Amino acid sequence: MANQLIVSLSPHVHSGDSVQRNMYGVCIALLPALLCSFWFWGLGAILVTTVSVASCLFVEWSVNKFMLKNPRLTITDGSAVITGLLLAFNLPSNIPLWMVGIGALFAIGVVKMTFGGLGCNLFNPALAARAFMLISFPVEMTTWPTTGQPFTTYADAQTGATPLALIKDAVKTGDASLLDDLPSAFDMLVGATGGCMGEVCALALLLGLGYMLIRHIITWHIPVSIIATVFVITGIMHWMNPVFVSPVIEILSGGLMLGAIFMATDYVTSPMTPKGQLVYGIAIGVLTVIIRTFGAYPEGMSFAILIMNAFTPMINMYCKPQRYGAVEGSDK
Amino acid sequence: MKTFKIGGVHPQENKLSASEPIRQAPLPQVAVFPLGQHIGAPAKPIVSKGDVVKVGQPIAEAGGYVSAPIHSSVSGTVLKIDTVIDASGYAKPAVFIQVEGDEWEESIDRSKQLVRLEEHPELTDKDIIAKIQNAGIVGLGGACFPTHVKLSPPPGNKIEWVIINAVECEPYLTADHRLMLEHTDEILVGTTLIMKAVGVTQGFIAIENNKPDAIRLMTEHARAYTGIEVVPLKVKYPQGGEKQLIDAVVGRQVPAPPALPASVGAIIQNVGTAYAVYQAVMKNKPLFERVVTVTGKSLAHPSNLMTRIGTPMNLLIDECGGLPEDTGKIIGGGPMMGKALVNTEVPVCKGSSGILIMTGTDARRAKPGPCIRCGKCVTACPMGLEPYLLADGAAREMWDLLEHNDITSCIECGSCQFTCPAHRPLLDYVRIGKSTVTGIIKSRS
Amino acid sequence: MDTIILAICVLGGAGLVLASVLYVVSRRFAVQEDPRLDTVNDLLPGANCGGCGFPGCSAMAAACVKAADKGSLEGLSCPVGGKAVMDQVAAALGLEAAAEDTTRIAVVRCNGSCENRPHVRIYDGAPTCRIAHATSMGATACAYGCLGCGDCVAKCQFGALTLNTETGLPEVDPGSCTACGACAKACPRNLIEIRSVTNELTGMVVKCRNKDKGILAKNECDVSCIGCRLCMKQCESNAITVEDNLAYIDAAACTLCGKCEQACPRKSIHKIGEWSTPQEAPVEENTTQETLTTKNNTQ
Repeated sequence: MANQLIVSLSPHVHSGDSVQRNMYGVCIALLPALLCSFWFWGLGAILVTTVSVASCLFVEWSVNKFMLKNPRLTITDGSAVITGLLLAFNLPSNIPLWMVGIGALFAIGVVKMTFGGLGCNLFNPALAARAFMLISFPVEMTTWPTTGQPFTTYADAQTGATPLALIKDAVKTGDASLLDDLPSAFDMLVGATGGCMGEVCALALLLGLGYMLIRHIITWHIPVSIIATVFVITGIMHWMNPVFVSPVIEILSGGLMLGAIFMATDYVTSPMTPKGQLVYGIAIGVLTVIIRTFGAYPEGMSFAILIMNAFTPMINMYCKPQRYGAVEGSDK
Repeated sequence: MKTFKIGGVHPQENKLSASEPIRQAPLPQVAVFPLGQHIGAPAKPIVSKGDVVKVGQPIAEAGGYVSAPIHSSVSGTVLKIDTVIDASGYAKPAVFIQVEGDEWEESIDRSKQLVRLEEHPELTDKDIIAKIQNAGIVGLGGACFPTHVKLSPPPGNKIEWVIINAVECEPYLTADHRLMLEHTDEILVGTTLIMKAVGVTQGFIAIENNKPDAIRLMTEHARAYTGIEVVPLKVKYPQGGEKQLIDAVVGRQVPAPPALPASVGAIIQNVGTAYAVYQAVMKNKPLFERVVTVTGKSLAHPSNLMTRIGTPMNLLIDECGGLPEDTGKIIGGGPMMGKALVNTEVPVCKGSSGILIMTGTDARRAKPGPCIRCGKCVTACPMGLEPYLLADGAAREMWDLLEHNDITSCIECGSCQFTCPAHRPLLDYVRIGKSTVTGIIKSRS
Repeated sequence: MDTIILAICVLGGAGLVLASVLYVVSRRFAVQEDPRLDTVNDLLPGANCGGCGFPGCSAMAAACVKAADKGSLEGLSCPVGGKAVMDQVAAALGLEAAAEDTTRIAVVRCNGSCENRPHVRIYDGAPTCRIAHATSMGATACAYGCLGCGDCVAKCQFGALTLNTETGLPEVDPGSCTACGACAKACPRNLIEIRSVTNELTGMVVKCRNKDKGILAKNECDVSCIGCRLCMKQCESNAITVEDNLAYIDAAACTLCGKCEQACPRKSIHKIGEWSTPQEAPVEENTTQETLTTKNNTQ
């Protein structure tokens, strides 16, 4: 045998899993929602998404090449693509494209790369960029085109109120009849409402969730705990006072589905243990309801997740997995 | 179906040699016996250059209580006491014997007649353990812990069960599988001997569900013995780990080290050890041969070979078609916990369960990336540890953090590194951390 | 205007109250510390390298003060600051300086470069010496030689070690080395020794730690020591001992006559800082791999 023997310690086999497989798997899970956004908003959606993904890739590539002088090409691992897609999903389809570029610069340049790149960021880049853009460009970020616009409209799309705005008004004014203007649950499920590009079609997002669960990309703990917590709390609130919207509408409205399925489950910023993930999910649910009901903003999901991102290291420290041997029992 | 509750992974089984009956491996020209073939003090040679030995003759005595004697597996003349490179990759002292003929010690009963425990009511537990000790029997699952020590647990431990580990969860290995199919009754008698030695009435034989023929055969034959129950287990790695096995079979979990399985009432022995116990007690045959699975995707003829201890591995590889051209790694053991060998002359030892030939492309590790904090290693760890934290802590030499996070509980099964999408060498670092922390803890006392 | 005055008063008042609280607390709970500790600590280099044997300069300062109370600074020396610093410390504590004037530096006792000691297998594990050492004898045939992953280089706080990519061996810069001993502790094969050297930072050293028998050592590396004892016979000052097939030169006894270097048939003995010149040595495959703790900008 001419070759030299290879020596290393065990294990000598690998499952075949890779970072690319997981990241591009998430991209595939995002496809249904992506296609829905193209269907609902046509040209605007396509432009915003393309610019977002391209800017994220460009920022990551240039920071690596020019500032870090890193010889490795990191943009192929798929994480910048996901950030680009998720950032686009958080934006209305008529947002000026230069703002998208700024958002991408913030998301990748500030939130991800300054902390050390993949695996080191404390906050979810897409979500932090959304919060940044919300504060920097409040008007453009809160004027959403209605769905069903012709394919060629972009900047001149027709805008309208979203379900969350209606829900907020109902609580502020105490007038439960405002809730009658809400779209039906079915409409909200399939996305026939106004809102950010990726968040309206709950059905598409749930399909993505199913795909990720089957491929073992994420586990059920975070999405289920967030949605269940919000459902239970708003259910109690609705039962006590009908000015609060029904829990079914609540979980289908705004960015809850998108946040629970794709944002909160981001590997880097969520806890590593099942116990920790449940704690994280429940806390996000509670915070979301509080911000949505009592806060100034109609949408509480992004802030709730960002706040809990900051708690993730602490959750990792205190929520340890159950060690083997910790509980001695016999169920023979 | 029963299985352990925490963690686990599913490597590809690749049991290429499962239907290959055991056949005898050829005798070597020179047999090499490393003196440190077991856990505990290395054996001390009792022969010197020029001595003539027979098969089964002791050539090294135990170096202490936690140690085992070594018996010659060949007849011939002692060539020298020198060093040989063993599975550790370093040269270790060994006895070299020039093989001449195949003359066995007269005391060994070579007949195939089954001898059951009931035929020897005079055998006490002490007798059985003494015979096991003198026969140099160590755990054949791979760890090579001296069996007589395991069967004499510290006082204060109430032993309720004996569990025979016939799980063979490592991919590729089929030695235990074939042993069960071809030496069913000897294994069962060996089990009764072990049960007698520790004084229990209930024994389990745990077999993974990917061996339905063995489960069927063992269950059928076990009916003729009292107190032995065959337990099929779900296929999941590392089902064959002692701690996971106890969890699966009797639902008890062993507390953190230094606690032993005996402290929750179970004694575990590999099925090959049970067979060796039968041979030693009933046939006066010391441990000098074992079944070795020689396998690999590009190997011409993957087989299960009954091999004399001391045979250099290249002889076995040649017996199975020769070393393939595209060989990259030669692993002593299975792919999850085996050792990559530095050459093919490494001798077969008591713990050599298999030889796995891996191609160059399969053997190279992928380039590691940064930790993406996916938590898959935490989900995979069968001991409920956090491998990402332990590996990072070991790399940064944060020994306090490692001790606090129970690094000494790690069983080095490799599930974490197997799963990691970023291909990080988690176990490499955890091992260093574990050995350092164990050293620190020991130096305190 | 009112609001401005009110704000100034409120904040000023609060500041005053809090400052008073802090002052009282700092006086009430003040820790009485020996003033000499601060004096000595200021004199020490502040590198916290641990070369003195204590965990940091403040611990060394505490040890010096304690020793001063007993009357002498015997046994205490700072390798980074050297005699100069210890003289100052002694003066500050009112004592005679106890440290001897011996300069020491780290010496890498292996010359098994890629050319002298070719690779016979591929090491594919994590690129640190500790793990490579635990895996097997390494990528070469010598179980005692340098593994080339650079654990020593990573440990040096003073930038005195660099890994020569052509030879695959670490090299010590005698000017920067403070003999703190971190590299020696990091090497899993004990190849690095902190040796006493002359004022010119030189000395004779056997660049090999191979304890295999001569015939084996010869095949494992071109420049290994085979324990032939020719050096020992030539040595004029009985500075050389040969044990376990390996020669060792006692730095204290060595007179630097250089006869051993000439006598050695294997070219294993060198003046510190000299190396076998490699010719067309192949570049190490693993030198660009990162360990788990490499800064993230190389991800």
